[in-house]
Amino acid sequence: MKILKGHGAMMKREEIMLEKIFKKYKLQKSALVPVLQDIQAEYGYLPEDVLRQVARKMKISLIEVFGVATFYKSLSLIPRGRHHIQVCTGTACHVRGAKRVLEEFERDLCTCAGQTTEDQEFSLETVNCVGACALGPMVIVDGGKYHGHMTATKVKPCIRKITRKEAE
Amino acid sequence: MLNITINGAEVKAQEGATILEVARDYGFYIPTLCYLEGHDSYGACRLCIVEIGEGSRRRVVTSCNYPVEEGLSVQTDTKKIIGHRKLLIELILSRAPNSKTLQDLASYYGVEKIRFKNKNDDCILCGKCVRMCNEQMQSGAIGFVGRGKNLKISTPFSKANEVCRNCGACMYICPMVEVQCRGPKTTGDLCNGCLRVTPTCVEVYDRQMCYVEDCGTCVRPGSKPTGGKSQKK
Repeated sequence: MKILKGHGAMMKREEIMLEKIFKKYKLQKSALVPVLQDIQAEYGYLPEDVLRQVARKMKISLIEVFGVATFYKSLSLIPRGRHHIQVCTGTACHVRGAKRVLEEFERDLCTCAGQTTEDQEFSLETVNCVGACALGPMVIVDGGKYHGHMTATKVKPCIRKITRKEAE
Repeated sequence: MLNITINGAEVKAQEGATILEVARDYGFYIPTLCYLEGHDSYGACRLCIVEIGEGSRRRVVTSCNYPVEEGLSVQTDTKKIIGHRKLLIELILSRAPNSKTLQDLASYYGVEKIRFKNKNDDCILCGKCVRMCNEQMQSGAIGFVGRGKNLKISTPFSKANEVCRNCGACMYICPMVEVQCRGPKTTGDLCNGCLRVTPTCVEVYDRQMCYVEDCGTCVRPGSKPTGGKSQKK
């Protein structure tokens, strides 16, 4: 019963949140992208039922919403992990061995680029340039922590650092 | 009414019409794959390219979404345009070679070789079905999903959806559904049967029936074209 109750409360909270987002943009059709961005920021991804609600509320066909959601790279249909790791595979980073760094991340986290680990802790993604080519290969953790000059050997310490910070 | 010239002929055009519409009204042939009459122009297949302007201001535009203007000079079949179209057909064919519409176009323009890697897809992303579903059927069941090389036509979440009425309109207008004629070559190849046919059946049927298996079709390059009577298998 307790779980059910919790779930109900959660539903309500989500509904309020959605209402707030819809109210903010006054349900204009042109506001689809900012609405999806806000939902992405709140949930960390775009759940299917929420996208259906968006389509219904904004009077846009579901496929149009889905098309926009799959078009932009910053919008994700699968849940992102608590820590988001971006590995730059742009030209400069690629030349300096970003592929090896990415492979090492994939091996250590047991996931593929664009996926999330099973325990929902990490999500891995490739990006194409972050504007710090001189420091390549670049790895960005949680959108703000820039790790330059990455090598495959630095991957394990990097992950350990994130998890240790979490434990403290 | 506006006065424009198409291939040197002076014609009258309604304001707001596109070059393609005017040209087709007057019987000039411009090939298209993604154009759907009465629907939004999409300009994806690029086959409808024409040259407009004179002298140094001459340029190539897609006729399906270029509105006519007073004094416009249009050339539909210059050497440059034909060359471009041949390359475009080659590119589209390398993506989806098993379509009769495309094979016929290739034969029409004399494309005899595909220099690109064969993808054997069944879709050229012309978007006809999407516009049909959205604009005419008012359904919006299918659409473009993803982008770049991952772009494809799909339903939301790749699931069967409740707004689709199974009307079949998307399939009806798809240029890919007409399967390739059964020539001597295997699927995925360039047929060109229509190019080399000795048109014996033309007298009888008024058009080349290249999809009839026994019709003296598809003489291989190099071999002697057979006449209507002598061809026996």
